[in-house]
Amino acid sequence: MTTGMAILVLTAFLASAVEAVEALTVVLAVGITRGWRSSLIGAGTATLALAGVIAALGPALSLMPIDILRVIVGTLLLVFGLQWLRKAILRAGRYKAFRDEVVLYRAELAKAQAAGTTIRAGMDWYAFTLAFKGVFLEGLEVAFIVLAFGTSQGSIPLAALGAGIALVLVVAVAALVHQPLSRVPENTMKFVVGLMLATFGIFWSVEGTGMAWPGADVALLGILAFLTLVSLGLVAVLRRMYERQALIAANAASMGE
Amino acid sequence: MMMYLKNFLLFWYDFIVGDDWMIAAGVVMALVLSAALARRGLNAWWVMLVTVVVMLAASLWRETRRSRSRSSA
Repeated sequence: MTTGMAILVLTAFLASAVEAVEALTVVLAVGITRGWRSSLIGAGTATLALAGVIAALGPALSLMPIDILRVIVGTLLLVFGLQWLRKAILRAGRYKAFRDEVVLYRAELAKAQAAGTTIRAGMDWYAFTLAFKGVFLEGLEVAFIVLAFGTSQGSIPLAALGAGIALVLVVAVAALVHQPLSRVPENTMKFVVGLMLATFGIFWSVEGTGMAWPGADVALLGILAFLTLVSLGLVAVLRRMYERQALIAANAASMGE
Repeated sequence: MMMYLKNFLLFWYDFIVGDDWMIAAGVVMALVLSAALARRGLNAWWVMLVTVVVMLAASLWRETRRSRSRSSA
């Protein structure tokens, strides 16, 4: 397996693991309050729908000329990856609250308990819809990454395999512990995925315009190292700004007393 | 019908572009500039790299300012 392929599998794995943890919170809350049958059918249908999206769009994307594909896919991956990276930096720099799976789980639990029951054809459609929506919306980001990354790297099945392994792993752990996976370092994983997507996005979009990177494929490691250093530097700056801001606020509060 | 179309487009806008459209706009501008330079035979691979760092830092700066004004309000 080449370095590029290994990065492809790792990125798909991490992205899928993060999104699976988030979807699991919804499915778990709905399953416990409304019953497992409808919830699991909803989650399963969403997973099949996502697999269908990948299976339908993958071959179509593979038909595009590689330069055009790399410009389009590279740009989309870059914009998408910067979104993940931006949020992860803001969270690490304390300017955005961390996602708390336990709090979200309790909120979903309360919502599912409060909603009325409509059983038709032996299915609780509220549970089905909520589980379907939770899995489909979270999974759409993974499907996008698998399609974009897989097509440009020339192996959608390998990207799908990375994503699939993460999904199986998260479901297996959830089946054992029966609670939201709040100990998973979601922000660190999102930080890494954001860096990977942005790195490949920059590399492919620039290559697609007809330019050549110094050192060819080795430039990927250079871009990744550069982006990692810049991002960690930005986190350090944000933390310092936040602490200074908190200190000023504390001083103002003590002077007002 | 128009409302469904609007919601569909808004969903994809939010999905791809997200919270800060300026990052996406900066990336597209850098891509256009890179393509133009490549046509003139210049290998300016660094344009995208510099743009990404500047746009990311600027976006974070805007967010911290928003956060400061929210907390002082």
